[in-house]
Amino acid sequence: MKRKTKRLWIVLGAMICFALAITLILSAFSNNLVYFKAPSQLINHPTAKGTTIRLGGMVVANSLHYSHHDQTPTAEFKVTDGQAAIEVHYTGILPDLFREGQSVIAIGSLDQNNIFTANEVLAKHDETYMPKEVAEALQKSGKWDPKFGPPPDADTWDHMVKPKQ
Amino acid sequence: MTKTSVPPSAKQSGFNIHRFANPGTFLRFESKIQPWVIAFGILFVSIGIVWGLFFSPADWQQGDSVRIMYIHVPMAILASGGYFGLALCALCSLIWKHPLADLAAEAIGPIGAVITALCLITGSLWGKPMWGTWWVWDARLTSVLVLFFLYLGHITLLHAFDDQQKGYKAAAILALVGVFDLPIIKFSVNWWHTLHQPSTFSITHAPAMSLSMMWPLIFCFIGFALGFIALVCIQLRAAILERQVRHLLLNE
Repeated sequence: MKRKTKRLWIVLGAMICFALAITLILSAFSNNLVYFKAPSQLINHPTAKGTTIRLGGMVVANSLHYSHHDQTPTAEFKVTDGQAAIEVHYTGILPDLFREGQSVIAIGSLDQNNIFTANEVLAKHDETYMPKEVAEALQKSGKWDPKFGPPPDADTWDHMVKPKQ
Repeated sequence: MTKTSVPPSAKQSGFNIHRFANPGTFLRFESKIQPWVIAFGILFVSIGIVWGLFFSPADWQQGDSVRIMYIHVPMAILASGGYFGLALCALCSLIWKHPLADLAAEAIGPIGAVITALCLITGSLWGKPMWGTWWVWDARLTSVLVLFFLYLGHITLLHAFDDQQKGYKAAAILALVGVFDLPIIKFSVNWWHTLHQPSTFSITHAPAMSLSMMWPLIFCFIGFALGFIALVCIQLRAAILERQVRHLLLNE
């Protein structure tokens, strides 16, 4: 065997072993690598009350309202992953992108009554980028309401937006 | 593999990768393409930036903040792409002992590190107004930060030994080990819940972006990619000439 060929096999062998090791490590730590937990995960596998968790999901349509305690408004809304919903209370300034139908991440803890008190709320935006006119046209055509989740696939925009003959 | 048995200096007919292992051939080829790469790079970046910043529409929910994308996305792709190039150089250096591969890796390193830093900084500037935070330790952001440290580690290792050959070897091994960070960066948004959104472009779906935003993005990407190539080529040319000068001085 030539020295070059030998080196090739050594490098290949080492790379394969290393890839295996990394795969095993990542799959072992998979639970810790998720940035947030979905409401159904949190309800099915409850953590100790009072521990700080990150809860992620979509803000349920028409669930957002404000309650006033001592002049400070508290935002109350439900977060869902489609299988379960958790009530979230948050006092503070919500990010600009926060709205019903938006994916958000609330950082806080769950109390005895299964109400999640957040001390920070982050807005997650989806991977869709479209101009205002397209978004308005889609909403006007009745094919999409931002309150109920992400917009339809981009390849359907054109014929959705075009007026019917 | 049979090709490797031919010494690189041998004259060969037809296209062969070893032609570019010859520094002289590379220098001649590089001097021919360099002005074009630079000119087209500047042209594409100017068109893309002007188009993206002034003529493309604002996003329906992100507003004008979406324009950070025209810098952030090319930097993100080039950060990963540059590292892939670094790993290829490492492979050529470790197995075939290409003299150019080490110099190319040395040239890519600092440029790649700067690009990764720009990706992280623009991402952070985008995250504050949109997400509501400068930084979170989610899988995507963390794996790109790891990429930045891999670039820095590579630069450091290159110069950590008195014997330059040892430095090249150690850095090449690091570059190869670090290549596993690339699939983690790419698929982190699919494998784990992250704050960062999944990728807009995929092989199976139509891109989830209106064409009026995608064209300027494509122009920016091509322009920045050409710029990256030009910078690496200029750096590599300088390194080869420097090595030749040192060689001449030592032989006198």
